[in-house]
Amino acid sequence: MNPIFERGPSLRLRLFIAVLCSVGLMVMDRYTDSSTQIRSYLTTAVSPLFYIASLPQVVLTGASEQFLSHQRLLKENDRLKESLLRQRGQLQRLEFLQQENNKLRELLGSAPVAEGQRLVAEVLAVYSHPFSHQIVLNKGSNDGVTEFQPLIDDAGVLGQVVSVGPTSSRALLITDTTHAISLRIERTGVSVIAEGLGQWDRIRLVHLPHSTDIQDGDRLITSGLDERFPEGYPVARVNRIQRDVSQPFMQVQAEPYAQLDRIRYVLLLWPQVELDEQEHDH
Amino acid sequence: MQKARGVGVIYLSLLLALILTVTPMPAMVQLFRPDWVLLVLLYWVLALPYRANIGMAFVLGFLVDVLVGTVLGVNALAFSVVTFVVASNYLKIRNFSILQQALLIGLLLAFYHLMIFWLSHFLTGVYFLPDYLWPVLTGTLAWPWIFWLLRRVRRQFKIS
Repeated sequence: MNPIFERGPSLRLRLFIAVLCSVGLMVMDRYTDSSTQIRSYLTTAVSPLFYIASLPQVVLTGASEQFLSHQRLLKENDRLKESLLRQRGQLQRLEFLQQENNKLRELLGSAPVAEGQRLVAEVLAVYSHPFSHQIVLNKGSNDGVTEFQPLIDDAGVLGQVVSVGPTSSRALLITDTTHAISLRIERTGVSVIAEGLGQWDRIRLVHLPHSTDIQDGDRLITSGLDERFPEGYPVARVNRIQRDVSQPFMQVQAEPYAQLDRIRYVLLLWPQVELDEQEHDH
Repeated sequence: MQKARGVGVIYLSLLLALILTVTPMPAMVQLFRPDWVLLVLLYWVLALPYRANIGMAFVLGFLVDVLVGTVLGVNALAFSVVTFVVASNYLKIRNFSILQQALLIGLLLAFYHLMIFWLSHFLTGVYFLPDYLWPVLTGTLAWPWIFWLLRRVRRQFKIS
């Protein structure tokens, strides 16, 4: 007796139907715009699984926090207070500099730039596949999150939001193979484009001529030319340069400042508002 | 009704496998994470081919797509094809020794990962790294244990 052929269509037919459906899904997901919406619904639907999956971690960190000694907590508190004080001090100077900068821009006749709004979001889930570096955030359109919004953490730029649901959103990290970002070498001001490689600890600078002035350890900051990421945020540090003359371009890799494989909290940025748009046009 | 006994346990084991797929881990360990869902699914296909079949493989592959964030349909396709291979030869594979089975599963896992890579390369242009094949090795090593565990579960709950 062969019960497998007793009920329903034959194996080949089933495979054929499954393949057809999968190809349809792939085409829909990759080549149409409807998928972002569907994706966000699906992500919302499976989010309980993410919560359950991260439960052991939550319990473990909760337990370890419980058993932290009083002494250590006090020490940590002191350390945090000190760093807060230091950063407040720097912030005062920054405000002064920003005012000065705006005044200078006014003198030059270009539009002053106002500080954008910020929002802290927690990471619900990290997609763990090497072919997709994405994270799910616990803030959505109800909190005013919009598509293509940049996100950063305390060390540097992380990525951008790609799809928004009502209470959660999905962000693409700069190391994803489908992500590219416009950068500038801080030391020389040369603009470069960096692509993700699907590896957590490196991005690749593309189309750099052999004559480009670039060194090991150069800081790469956002250039603002892509009109998604605001200008001047640190992104990565150059750590591998190969000048192979047989290749058309230099092979340069950089290491992101942010530790993308262990993100817990992110900062969502709203674009800085140009106070006077038409001034900027000519 | 006697025929559909214990289907809940099958679903429960698959749900556990799905959760294991997205459990947060350090990036170093993540590289070696076996494909839990595929392994558990293949066991049920081998043991009860009239319960777990290509339809289930497609749905599970789709869920994995949603969970790990690959292009929708990539895992669904690969799961369906691998399940087809196993389901059309399940009588032969059942008679293999556990070592032979593990090796065969290893081959199928390698095939699965290459298929995922080819599709992703075609759709999003990813680059191949030999690191992507670590789950093949860990999956092969995990198979005897999964087989043993799930067979005990199947006998314990008399799933048929």
